[in-house]
Amino acid sequence: MSKIQVKELTKIFGPNPQKALQLLQDGAGKDKILSETGMTVGVDRASFEVNEGEFFVIMGLSGSGKSTLIRLINRLIEPTAGEVLIDGENTLAMDKKALMTVRRKKLGMVFQRFALFPHRTILQNVEYGLEIQGVPKGEREEKARQAIESVGLNGYEEQKPHQLSGGMQQRVGLARALANETDILLMDEAFSALDPLIRKEMQDELLTLQEKLHKTVLFITHDLDEALKLGDRIAIMKAGKIVQIGSPEEILTEPANEYVSTFVKDVDRSKVLLASQVMKKPDVVALWKDGARVAIRKMVEKEISSIFVVDKEQRLKGLLTVEAALDAIREKRWGEEILIQDFSTASPDTPLHELIGIATTTKYPIAVVEDGKLKGIIVRVSILSGLTLGKKEE
Amino acid sequence: MHYFDLPLEEWTNLFINEWFVPVLGGFFDIISDNITAILVSIEDFLLWIPPEIITLFLVGLAWRLVGWRMALFSAIGLLFIGSVDLWDEAMRTLAIVLVATVFSIIIGIPVGIWSARSSMVDKIVRPILDFMQTLPSFVYLIPTILLFGIGGVSAVIATFIFATPPAVRLTNLGIRQVPEETVEAARAFGSSSWQMLTKVQFPLALPTIMAGVNQTILLALSMAVIASMIGAPGLGSVVLTGISRVNVGLGLVGGLCIVVLAIILDRITQTMGGQAEK
Repeated sequence: MSKIQVKELTKIFGPNPQKALQLLQDGAGKDKILSETGMTVGVDRASFEVNEGEFFVIMGLSGSGKSTLIRLINRLIEPTAGEVLIDGENTLAMDKKALMTVRRKKLGMVFQRFALFPHRTILQNVEYGLEIQGVPKGEREEKARQAIESVGLNGYEEQKPHQLSGGMQQRVGLARALANETDILLMDEAFSALDPLIRKEMQDELLTLQEKLHKTVLFITHDLDEALKLGDRIAIMKAGKIVQIGSPEEILTEPANEYVSTFVKDVDRSKVLLASQVMKKPDVVALWKDGARVAIRKMVEKEISSIFVVDKEQRLKGLLTVEAALDAIREKRWGEEILIQDFSTASPDTPLHELIGIATTTKYPIAVVEDGKLKGIIVRVSILSGLTLGKKEE
Repeated sequence: MHYFDLPLEEWTNLFINEWFVPVLGGFFDIISDNITAILVSIEDFLLWIPPEIITLFLVGLAWRLVGWRMALFSAIGLLFIGSVDLWDEAMRTLAIVLVATVFSIIIGIPVGIWSARSSMVDKIVRPILDFMQTLPSFVYLIPTILLFGIGGVSAVIATFIFATPPAVRLTNLGIRQVPEETVEAARAFGSSSWQMLTKVQFPLALPTIMAGVNQTILLALSMAVIASMIGAPGLGSVVLTGISRVNVGLGLVGGLCIVVLAIILDRITQTMGGQAEK
């Protein structure tokens, strides 16, 4: 079941939104409504669904209405029309108290400019959500400490926010949202205020956390690179409208219109980029402890048809295909002999253009190997995103 | 320009004499009795404590909060008040200032919070505050005498009217200055209105609110002096006597005592505000 369902969600800023809404439904555009009525269409009939455990990214330039859209989800901004269903319940029909409960129990939020409470220590900041729910001190402190640890800020509990760097402050922001143990995380340009290196680090950590926590994430960004890196699916917004929703690969290969394609087109970067810069963290199966069933479950979860197998030292043992795994279960075998070895490998400093040829012919991901250890994998989409976008930190 | 005759003076007097005083007089008597009781007990208390103890207390407070220079100044200043034999008058003034300030804060801060949270309330309150601050104080000293009689209670009321606006204004300002994003974060986590106020807005506005309290105290002190014209006891009446007898020396002595009190109260409360910031 989808965790978040958004139907025809609309926000019009101005004194008489119903009038503008009528115009909108009659087919008038944002500009026409602005010039005729002076009212601004913030979000124009946005519809999408986010599945449980999905990382859903909404991407758009400033003024595209993405930040408004995320605030309509938890009603920090009151929508003009439409529906928002969280776990099937319409939040727009809720009274104040029910809405407060949903915000407390179901929706964590991380803000672009951190929005920490400057008068509270880091621990007190992270505790805040539990504190206002009346969770006893001992319990909430324990949960807060866990959340602080999960973002790697142990030892900073008694500091005040202004004593921390931007990246660390945003970790606090993330910990504050995690401490509430909500299923859903709303992240409003969470990394946009950070400098590129810190941003990349935070993105990687968020992905690692997400692998553990399987939250339903609604992530807002203006950065296509970030969207492609993080998103399971991406929605692209323009002038308050969602113009395309798709997987990163679909967005890159089949841009729905010119607007999207202007985002994705870029210079040939294949000569400057290295394998290590486009590889992503692999999903792996541990040979010594996982079995074929675990392998299949992971493949189903990630919607992939093969998975790399490593030993205790992260040494690459081979590639397991879903067919081989099924055979293994049937024949009750589990060992190195069922793995295939005819996949392509690259070293971390192989230039990207050498990989393009391989990527178009091979049906398996390319393994990036250093000293026999699996460092990462490269799938077609990572080459494409590398080519079209490059990396910020170059 | 005398096209119309507007007998506002007569109307006002008619209203006050025929309706206000007879009808509401009893009500004001009750207020008056209560304020008198509070004022007298505080005054008695301040006069009952030996001056040395009060001096030690204030000097210690100045030392801890501000620093040794301020402590030294307080010690010399209070010694001066004792030496010119105006200690009792200073304590009476202090009593009026304290009572009026407490009323101003009790009423001013909630009104300030209310007007920060509702633009409607703000629109109503703002002109009232302008009125309270700009209307020459003598204008409301007259009806105050009518309602509360001559003496300390009238002084407290007049001082309250004069000194409350900064408490309201700066509370309002302080809460409105809390960053929108911080308030938004508190809302996003599901804070109730009360939690928002007590856990986020008020603590963050506290330094500004304390600046308001500081202003209130100083205005109260200046008004407590003017209020001597309606019979308030204290340093103001010393100065007033100095004026009426053309006794420059007496005026100077009374005036300097007021300055000493003002500086001590100002520095101590200012530092309290600064500490709220940390």
